Amino acid sequence: MAQSAFTLERTAPEQTALSRLWGWLTTVDHKRIGKLYFFTSLFFLLVGGLLALLIRTQLAVPNNDFLSPDTYNQVFTMHGVVMIFLVVMPLNSAFFNYFVPLLIGARDVAFPRLNAFSYWVFLFGSLLLSASIILKVAPNAGWFAYANLTNTTFSPGPNLDYYTMGLQILGVSSIAASLNFVVTIINMRAPGMTMMRVPIFAWMTLITSVLLLLALPSFTVGLIELAFDRFFGTVFFEPSAGGDPVLWQHLFWIFGHPEVYILILPAFGYVSEILPTFTRKPLFGYPFMVYSAIAIAILGFGVWAHHMFAVGLGTVPNAVFGTTTMLIAIPTGVKIFNWLGTLWGGSIRITTPLLFAIGFLGMFTIGGISGVMHASVPIDYWQTDSYFVVAHFHYVLFGGALFAIFGAIYYWFPKMFGRMLNDKLGQVQFWITLIGFNLTFFPMHLLGVDGMPRRIYTYSEEMGWNLWNMVETIGAYMLGVGVLVMAYNMFTSLRSGERAPADPWDGRTLEWSIPSPPPVYNFAEVPVVSSRDELWERKLKNQAAPAAVKGGSGDEAEGIHLPPPSIIPLVSALGFAIAGAAMTYKVWVLVGVGLAILLISIIAWSIEPNE
Amino acid sequence: MTGLRRTARWALFAALTVALVVFVSGCAGGTPQSASDPAADNARKIWDLFMPIFWMSVVVFVIVQGIIIVALIRFRRRPNDPIPHAMHGNTKLEIAWTLAPALILAAIAVPTITTIADLARDPGDEALTVRAIGQQWWWAFEYPESGVVTADELHVPVGRPIRVELESKDIIHSFWVPRLAGKQDVVPGRTNTIHFTADAVGEYSGQCAEFCGAQHANMKFKVIVQTEEEFEAWLEQQLQPAVEPEPGSVEAQGKELFMANCLGCHTIQGTEAQGKVGPDLTHFGSRNMIAGGVVPYSTENLKEWIHNAPSVKPGQPGRPLQMPAFTRLSDEEVDALVAYLESLK
Repeated sequence: MAQSAFTLERTAPEQTALSRLWGWLTTVDHKRIGKLYFFTSLFFLLVGGLLALLIRTQLAVPNNDFLSPDTYNQVFTMHGVVMIFLVVMPLNSAFFNYFVPLLIGARDVAFPRLNAFSYWVFLFGSLLLSASIILKVAPNAGWFAYANLTNTTFSPGPNLDYYTMGLQILGVSSIAASLNFVVTIINMRAPGMTMMRVPIFAWMTLITSVLLLLALPSFTVGLIELAFDRFFGTVFFEPSAGGDPVLWQHLFWIFGHPEVYILILPAFGYVSEILPTFTRKPLFGYPFMVYSAIAIAILGFGVWAHHMFAVGLGTVPNAVFGTTTMLIAIPTGVKIFNWLGTLWGGSIRITTPLLFAIGFLGMFTIGGISGVMHASVPIDYWQTDSYFVVAHFHYVLFGGALFAIFGAIYYWFPKMFGRMLNDKLGQVQFWITLIGFNLTFFPMHLLGVDGMPRRIYTYSEEMGWNLWNMVETIGAYMLGVGVLVMAYNMFTSLRSGERAPADPWDGRTLEWSIPSPPPVYNFAEVPVVSSRDELWERKLKNQAAPAAVKGGSGDEAEGIHLPPPSIIPLVSALGFAIAGAAMTYKVWVLVGVGLAILLISIIAWSIEPNE
Repeated sequence: MTGLRRTARWALFAALTVALVVFVSGCAGGTPQSASDPAADNARKIWDLFMPIFWMSVVVFVIVQGIIIVALIRFRRRPNDPIPHAMHGNTKLEIAWTLAPALILAAIAVPTITTIADLARDPGDEALTVRAIGQQWWWAFEYPESGVVTADELHVPVGRPIRVELESKDIIHSFWVPRLAGKQDVVPGRTNTIHFTADAVGEYSGQCAEFCGAQHANMKFKVIVQTEEEFEAWLEQQLQPAVEPEPGSVEAQGKELFMANCLGCHTIQGTEAQGKVGPDLTHFGSRNMIAGGVVPYSTENLKEWIHNAPSVKPGQPGRPLQMPAFTRLSDEEVDALVAYLESLK
């Protein structure tokens, strides 16, 4: 297994299906790992979307009995868990993986085996959570699982054990990946690429990774305490024994609030790459975009109790957190204005990525506006736990993060797969999605005004909520059609789409200077960077792009050392996952087996030769 | 004007018209739990704080969306367009669009903080204190000053401050009656308080607003605001021991069945039924709600409830509804029980 990866990739004729599979299982190539995250997440997008359609079908009419109350509660809980942890975060990881090394002129990440480990741990964690859905014992206490509803008295059954173990496993995946990306971005930039020349998406990756490292420990502690309460009779969250359910809320939201910035900062990154490309203007206010992202990340740790305004913490905490929450709107607004400044005076070419970036601007602004309303504490006494806040977070997470992700998919698909997605079909998807999205989520503001609480499996007909619920259900089905259009587009493009050149969009950053898809070693020559938007500057000066390598016999890449493939990351991840899954059902012997596999693999990892 | 510009302007006009219709309809109010139709000082202060912020938001919305749409139309790439001037930034603009939102937010923060204090200020001695006790999945209401204990319906006098002390018997719930007040969570291990002064007689519906398990959707309650006289009369009536049925009547038969089947969980003052698990039923006949409003009140629904409560309000696997099914009772027996309960005015 000591031969370099690039020779394996190009020797197609002798490869059997088995050896191709082995290639994927042992890969440490950031581009392959990116693709693994990409397709796994898209699968879960379909799952999360289906869960949403189940919710909307149940709520389409009053007093509906399409889903039983407990099934509904599992469905809405898993809709949240899947969309956050199995769709948006890993789709962002897919792009971190594939594009950060390319954007900074590197050949891979700092720790390729750890990178593979992150993916396999993510996959196994997602399988554990999926098992809970299939076995109909999915977590059913909401994605933030408030104590003490989550103790064994009020949540008997394994549902919340899948929650603690599944999310703990996913957390490890994120921590490993974050460490990797921080080191990669700090240490592996091409010569001449100072931090203030780094493309914004790489900056966002860096800040997101730091946020994950700092925020996850709080959730880890909370999950451990919940697991201990459930397994071993501790009383962290038991009021009858001196514990406090509100402790869970603090531990959760100290993670949970930075988590939403973890979800959105990469989206800010995609938009910041797409807009300059399709307006032929640099990103307006690059330094301010960097500083505001850092400000958001820091302030993001000071607002968590705005999720708890109705808990009764007191007037002083409420006033303080309300004020900090308003403060965080300032750097966010600065970003919107800078994006508008990028558009203004540009030469705008309408393509699908651009449309989704514009859609992001419009929809995220609406979400930001409702966010400012929530920041005003007395208003939040009305709006929290109602459909008004459901509208807010869908505007920022779907209208914001997911729209930007769709834009990134259309933007970067040619580079990843060497094929263009059909842009006309993409624009159709955009309009269906934009209209469907607003039909689904705008009326939720009105239902919030009309006093509809969230997380209710049904409502009665005299509440006056019937019309908007039906409209929302129709909108949701439209969104489903939009996703199917995208799936169809991808499927047909992969098979017979127009072949993509290295630089289909007349891009500005280094990933467009190498073939589509890139050779395994990315850059034949490590680029030397002398400005921001390095590729654009070179084009303006009529300099050739760094040698675009055609074909791939491998000789122009003689002497490039690439990390060899390894099965150890997968085996370690498997050991870890076995331990986690066994813990769900308290099969302690199997936990021991899993941990033993993990330990042995880590030892093997450390002594494995790496050339 | 090119075809595209015409289409874009038409689309914009259509979208704004739709948006206007939607906005206006949203403010129509008139639904039972609409926060836009406050009937007490607490809810009114919240709505009055919201309206100026809402209009400011409309302005911001129009400006931002307007810039986007204008830019898309005005700067759309045409064939042979040159590469635009590379505007890297403008520090003056950055300062301006940092300061302007900061000032707007400061303007919002001041009334926000004063309203927080206002809503939290205890109304003092003239207030009527009630206790709202949340538990899966119904609300008990107690009047400590007079000793009245009831469920599902909270009677209060109009024009007098009401101090609601919130307690939980089990997990976190939230007390929300949108037309009267913002919500406040009901947290086991602490007592939260909320106040409001209702300014109009009427019935105001509310429901639990913190996810609390399988039947969270059906943990509803009503606040019945009455004149002082009506309220005093109601209190008087509630303090009476339970109505005794005529001997030999179907209600008397119902009472016997009640004592044989229901006294483990329910209280009927003046009888040997002193159970504290379920709602106090002493004056059930004076109420108009069953079981947290899971089904509308009717004699038929009440029969169905007694016959098989878990099928009306199912729990979840491993944690069924606390009230068991009474399928062993015959239809006549259930009819007698219902007659008894409805006689308990």
